[in-house]
Amino acid sequence: MAANTGTVVELVGSNEQTILPEWVDLQKKAGSLQTGRISEGELLSQSREFLHLLRDGLARGGTDASNPAYGPAKQLLADISRSRALQGFSPGETATFIFSLKQPLFNTLNRNTALSPAQASELTWSVTLLLDELGIFTLEVFQKSREEVIVRQQREIAELSTPVVKLWDGVLALPLIGTLDSQRTQVVMENLLQTIVETEAQIAIIDITGVPTVDTLTAQHLLKTVAAARLMGADCIISGIRPQIAQTMVHLGVELNVVSKATLADAFAVALDRTGRAVIKLRKTAAGSDKNLKPVEKGL
Amino acid sequence: MKSERLDIRSSDDVVRVRQLTRTLAIEAGLSLVDQTKIITAASELARNTLDYGGGGVLLAELVEALGRRGVRLTFEDHGPGISDVEAALKDGFTSGKGMGLGLGGARRLSNEFSIQSKPGEGTKVAIARWK
Repeated sequence: MAANTGTVVELVGSNEQTILPEWVDLQKKAGSLQTGRISEGELLSQSREFLHLLRDGLARGGTDASNPAYGPAKQLLADISRSRALQGFSPGETATFIFSLKQPLFNTLNRNTALSPAQASELTWSVTLLLDELGIFTLEVFQKSREEVIVRQQREIAELSTPVVKLWDGVLALPLIGTLDSQRTQVVMENLLQTIVETEAQIAIIDITGVPTVDTLTAQHLLKTVAAARLMGADCIISGIRPQIAQTMVHLGVELNVVSKATLADAFAVALDRTGRAVIKLRKTAAGSDKNLKPVEKGL
Repeated sequence: MKSERLDIRSSDDVVRVRQLTRTLAIEAGLSLVDQTKIITAASELARNTLDYGGGGVLLAELVEALGRRGVRLTFEDHGPGISDVEAALKDGFTSGKGMGLGLGGARRLSNEFSIQSKPGEGTKVAIARWK
């Protein structure tokens, strides 16, 4: 009693006209079109193409999904899975594409009266294994595509959140936000050093107000950035060290041998002073009551 | 009381350790300074577990004793272990390329600190910070 895969090939080939509508119908029932992310025409053409490739795979590779004959079918599945991952389909919705093919295939097998019950059941079993494997493959690709999206977003966040801003001629500020793991520090360092060259900056203020935790690794990265900037001829000032961070760093035993200030404003004042500038008040401001305001206006 | 386990296998997990510690520290009612201390200590130990222990597990607990609440963190790995624990606790000691302040720093940042390590078997470090 050989599991005659030829029978399956023949059945899939000759019954495509019944399998396809049944399959597409099941997918629609499962809600594949409800979200409006793909059109019915698209679903139909994807399903038709996959059925063709599945038949080719069956004809040349039997029901063994790892056979190279399934390469084109898997390629199509990978493409579908990837595009669905990007379109925002859920894993379940994506897997439905494969798993909903089971019923139409089994129906076709059952309708074929030439098969003995034992043969039919053996074929059903091997087709189940095949489709399960293809289903798992679909989910793996789906998962991988989602992870790629996350990695890409992480990279985008890393680059977005490390701008170097020019505060004044020769004075740069680097407002750091979030976790300073090694990869981001690399981006930060490159951005800063590049901008130092471009703007001929003498002073760079590294503001860590937005860094929630400063542990020894973060401190080490900061110190390395400072050392590299120094080699390029720019002095660094670290600002935005909050009281709780300061206490924690003392307990940790980390020493930042760098000028540091509590706020960015203080650091900026130091930077201006070092570059021979100062911010001075030209007149009394309007802050306070109207009484204070009038003489000032007169003074104008 | 509440407890949670967390695998430490990548540097993303170190971030997760910090977030979990923060949540528990807030729940235990620790002050902002104490929160920052335990979070920083957790960050050091998690990175040690990852870099030197080859990955491991954190058991984070919200604990209560004598009417005080606190956070206890136990880091465990099955890495190479530490042959001389006393030396490892000294500032500036490192077998890698860090600053050598993490382990000693974590001890100074915690109210309770214990370490057990056997070469070839792994390391277990427990810290606690009380309100």
